[in-house]
Amino acid sequence: MCGIVGLHLRNPQLYPRLGELLTGMLCEMSNRGSDSAGVAVYGDPVWTPPGRGCVSLHEAEGDAESIGTAVASALGASVDVTELGDTRLLTADVDSEALLAAAKAARPGALIAGFGADLAVLKGVGDPATLTRSWGLAGARGWQGVGHTRMATESAVTPSGAHPYAVGPEQCLVHNGSFANHATIRRELRAAGVQFDSENDTEVGARFVATRLAAGRDVETALKELCATFDGFYTLLVSNRDSFAVVRDAIACKPAVIAETADWVAMGSEYRALSGLPGVERAAIWEPEPEVVYAWTR
Amino acid sequence: MDTVTSSSETSSSRERSSDTNSSRERSSETGTSTTFDLRTVSLRDVNAALHAPDLEGEFVIECPAGAHNVAVGIDAPVKVTVDGHVGYYAAGMNQQADVTIEGNAGTGVAENMMSGTVWVKGNASQSAGATAHGGLLVIEGNAAARCGISMKGVDIVVGGDVGHMSAFMAQAGRLVIRGAAGDALGDSIYEARIYLRGEPASLGADCVPKEMRPEHHQELGRLLKAAGFADDDTRDYTRYGSARKLYHFDVDHASSY
Amino acid sequence: MVSTDDTRARLGLRESATFDRATIAAIQRAAETGIYDIRGWGAKRALPHFDDLLFLGASMSRYPLEGYRERCGTDVVLGDRHAKHPLHLDIPVTIAGMSFGALSGPAKEALGRGASEVGTSTTTGDGGMTAEERGQSKYLVYQYLPSRYGMNPDDLRKADAIEVVLGQGAKPGGGGMLLGQKISPRVAGMRTLPEGIDQRSACRHPDWTGPDDLTIKINELRELTDWEKPIYVKVGATRTYYDVKLAVHAGADVVVVDGMQGGTAATQDVFIEHVGIPTLAAVPQAVQALTELGVHRTGASGATGRKGVQLVVSGGIRTGADVAKALALGADAVAIGTAALIALGDNHPRYDAEYEKLGSAAGFFDDFQDGTDPAGISTQDPELAARFDPVAGGRRLANYLRVLTMEAQTIARACGKAHVQHLEPEDLVAVTIEAAAMARVPLAGTDWIPGLRQ
Repeated sequence: MCGIVGLHLRNPQLYPRLGELLTGMLCEMSNRGSDSAGVAVYGDPVWTPPGRGCVSLHEAEGDAESIGTAVASALGASVDVTELGDTRLLTADVDSEALLAAAKAARPGALIAGFGADLAVLKGVGDPATLTRSWGLAGARGWQGVGHTRMATESAVTPSGAHPYAVGPEQCLVHNGSFANHATIRRELRAAGVQFDSENDTEVGARFVATRLAAGRDVETALKELCATFDGFYTLLVSNRDSFAVVRDAIACKPAVIAETADWVAMGSEYRALSGLPGVERAAIWEPEPEVVYAWTR
Repeated sequence: MDTVTSSSETSSSRERSSDTNSSRERSSETGTSTTFDLRTVSLRDVNAALHAPDLEGEFVIECPAGAHNVAVGIDAPVKVTVDGHVGYYAAGMNQQADVTIEGNAGTGVAENMMSGTVWVKGNASQSAGATAHGGLLVIEGNAAARCGISMKGVDIVVGGDVGHMSAFMAQAGRLVIRGAAGDALGDSIYEARIYLRGEPASLGADCVPKEMRPEHHQELGRLLKAAGFADDDTRDYTRYGSARKLYHFDVDHASSY
Repeated sequence: MVSTDDTRARLGLRESATFDRATIAAIQRAAETGIYDIRGWGAKRALPHFDDLLFLGASMSRYPLEGYRERCGTDVVLGDRHAKHPLHLDIPVTIAGMSFGALSGPAKEALGRGASEVGTSTTTGDGGMTAEERGQSKYLVYQYLPSRYGMNPDDLRKADAIEVVLGQGAKPGGGGMLLGQKISPRVAGMRTLPEGIDQRSACRHPDWTGPDDLTIKINELRELTDWEKPIYVKVGATRTYYDVKLAVHAGADVVVVDGMQGGTAATQDVFIEHVGIPTLAAVPQAVQALTELGVHRTGASGATGRKGVQLVVSGGIRTGADVAKALALGADAVAIGTAALIALGDNHPRYDAEYEKLGSAAGFFDDFQDGTDPAGISTQDPELAARFDPVAGGRRLANYLRVLTMEAQTIARACGKAHVQHLEPEDLVAVTIEAAAMARVPLAGTDWIPGLRQ
C-alpha cells in the first residue's frame, strides 16, 4: 500500500522548482508507506541532457567508472554515468533504445528502472526524506515528475518492488491499491514474451500498459483496456514524456485528489500532498470519477 | 467510459467557491477563545485538550495542512473552527460540538457523528458522514463517492453534487443533495430518506423515487434552512427511498445481491 | 428398509464419495428453495489440526516441574506497545467476539460472568456493546466492524481494548448476517434496523480500504480514546503472512488470526467450508511475519521486556492441549467461540428431543441463524432465552476455562516450562505429513519438515 504523487508543469517558469515541489509532495505521503520510494523526473538538463538517450539502472555491479566503461564498450560510444543514491543514470549521444540494449548487454543482472529521452528514474530502499536527500531531488528541474512511497510486505525490501515502473520508452506508472487477478495476466504476458523483474502486482499493470502502447494504442485506450481486464482497487498515474494520465477502478475506494491551475496539474493520494503547491488556494480540486481517464498533454 | 482530455482548459464544473451562500454567523467575542497551531502543538495534545471534562468556549485550530483526525471525539457543547484543509476523519464521532472546517475535508469527515454540527465550507472527499447516528453535517461544496454510506440517523446537506454509491446501505437519517448524484444512489437503502434536486446518474438496488407529501416538504424545508439554503424551493426536489423489496430474501431478486 | 452397512454391502450398494447422501440432500435443498444453505459454526470437514501434533515431554535431558509448588505461570499481557492501559489477563484464553443478536442477552451475560471469574476478557460482536456484557466483563474488547452497528464513542471509551475486524475465519471476505427472525425489537434498536427484516451487511469497512488507510483509522481510534487502549486487528486466515505484516505496519498492538474452523452464527455453508485456511497453517505464517519485523514475543510475561505485537489465535481451540500447542507455535493467547458456547450448553444431549423436532440432533445442531435454539443461547425468542440461566452458565464457562488452563499447565510442566508461554515449536512433533508441513514441525521420529525452504 502506498502514496502516489504526480506533478505536470504547464508554466515553464516553474520548471526550476520541479524537484523542490516533488520532494515536498513525496515526503508528505511518507505516512502511507516509508519502506521504499521512487521518482521519475522528466527534463532535468543536468541529469538527462536534451538530445541524449537515458537509462536508469539499479543494482548494477561495480562503481560508476566501471559501469560506464562496460556500457560504452558494448555501445561503441562514450557513456556518462551519474550516481544518484543507489541509481546509476546513464546518458549517451544515441537513441535510448540503443543505450538500453548496451546496458543490458554490459550489466545483464541490473534492474532497468527506466529509459527514454529526458527521463531519470530513481528508486531506493528507505524513507522518502532520506532518499530524496541522497538524490539531491530538491535541486532537480524539469516539466514533469511522478513519485511513489511504498509500504512493503516483504522483509527483504527490494528495489525491484518499488515504483515507478518505467517499462516502455519514457513511460512511468505508479499505483496505489492492489489488483486481484494479476497472476493470470502475468502468465499471459509471459507467454507472449514479456519479461518481469518482480512478483509485484503493479509491474503487471505497468507491462500491460506498455504492451498496449507498443502496439500503437494511445494511453487513454490502454488504460480503458486495463480497467476492463484487471480486478481490484487501484488509482493509477501513467506518465509519458509529454503526457500525464490518472484513472481509478470502478469501485474507487483508494483515495485520489487532482488539483489544476493554469500553471500546473497535480495528483496525489491525499490532499496533503498538494497543499504546498504554489497557487493551490485557487486551484480547481476534485476527485477522479471511477473508470474515467483524465489526461493532460503538453 | 469517458475520457477527459485537456491541455489548457480547466474543468469548470468542478470549481466550487468556498464563499457560497451560508448565512451562518460566527461570533468570536463570546466567551473564551483558545487557538492551537498544529505546526507547534501536536495533534495528540490538541485532541486531548478538546477531550477535557466540562469543556467550554470556542477553539480555533490553525494550520491543519491536511492533517488527519483533527478534532475527533469531542463531547462538549463547544465551537471549534479549523482554519484550513483537513485530511481523513475530521470531527470523527463528534458529540454536541459545532465544528466548522474552513476548507476541504478528506475521507470520512464526521464519520460516526452522534450529535452536534460539522460544517465544511469547501468540498468533502469520500465517505462523508459515514455511519453517523445523529447531528447535522453540511458540505457547502461537493461530496465525493459514498456520501452518507451506512448512515444511521444523521442529517447531511450537500450544497453541490455527491459522487457514486452515495447513501449506500443508508439505514436512517436524511441526505439532501442540491446538485446531482453519481451512479448507484441509495444502493441497498433501508429507511433513510434522500432529497435530490439534480439528476441521479443511476439509482442503486431497491432505491426508488417516492411521493413528496406535505410532511416531506416540511422536513426538507427545515433541513435546507438549517444548512443555510432557506431560499430553495422544495418543489424542485425529488424524494428517494427504499422500495423495501430486499427486506426478506427472495430468490427472484437474487441479481440485486 | 435398507438400514445397515451389512445389508447394503450384501446388496452391492455403494455410496459415491463425490455425490454422497449429504451432497444429494444439499443439491435437492437448493433446487427446492432457490437459496444457499446458511448455518452456524465453522468448517466441519476434517482438516490438519492440533490433534496431529504431539508434545515431546520430559526425558533424560528435559526435566518436568512438580505440580503446585513449582510454578507454571499462565498470565499474559496484551497490547503494551502503545496503549496507556494494556490488558493483563490471568489466563491465555479469551472469549472471541460473538454478537448480541447472534446470541441472547443471557448468553452474553454468562460469557462475561465466566470470563471475569477467571480473569480474562470477552469480546463484543457485530451488534454493539450491551450493558450486561460491560457490566459483567472485567475486560471487554469492543469490536469495530464494517457494519458499525451500535458503534458510538461512549462505548468505545468504556471498552478495555478495541478490535478492528477485517474478517473472521468462517468467512474471510464476508460481512455479518442476521436473519429477520432474530431481529427483535432490542436488536433492531441497537443496530438501527427495522424489526424482523433480514439484515444485509457490508463486507468492507465504509471509510477505509487497505493498510495505508487503516493506519490512519487506527490513529483515529487512538486519538478518540486518548491512546488509552490497545488496538487489535482481526483477520480471517487467508494470506496470513502478508496480513500480519501489514497489520503491524498499520499500527496494530495485537493481531488476532482466526482459522477456518472458527465459528459464525450464520453464513453460507460454501463460505465456511471453502474459503480460508486451517488454523494450523496460519499460526506459523503469523509468527514468521512478527519475527521478521522484530515484534514477536517481546512484551509477554517472562520475556525480554521489549514492546512487541501480541498474537491471539482462534479457530477450533477445544482443549488445554490445543491451547498449549498454539502457544508452542508462537501464539501469546488463544480465543474460543464455539467451545465457549458448548461449555454454556450448546448441543447438550439433554436437548436431544427438541433438536430432533427441528430436524437436527444433539451434536449436529448448527442452525443458529434460525433463532430456535432450545438451549436459549443463539436465540432472541424470550421464552427460549429464559431457559438459559446466566449465572449457572457463567459458572460452567469458568469451570471450562479453568480446565483449559490446568491442562495447558500440565503439559507445560511436563515439558519443563515455568510459564505456558515458554512452550516452543521444538517441543512439538507431527504425526502426519500435512500437519508437519503446515505447522512447520518435524514428522515424529524424523527431522523432516516438508515444504521448508532450506
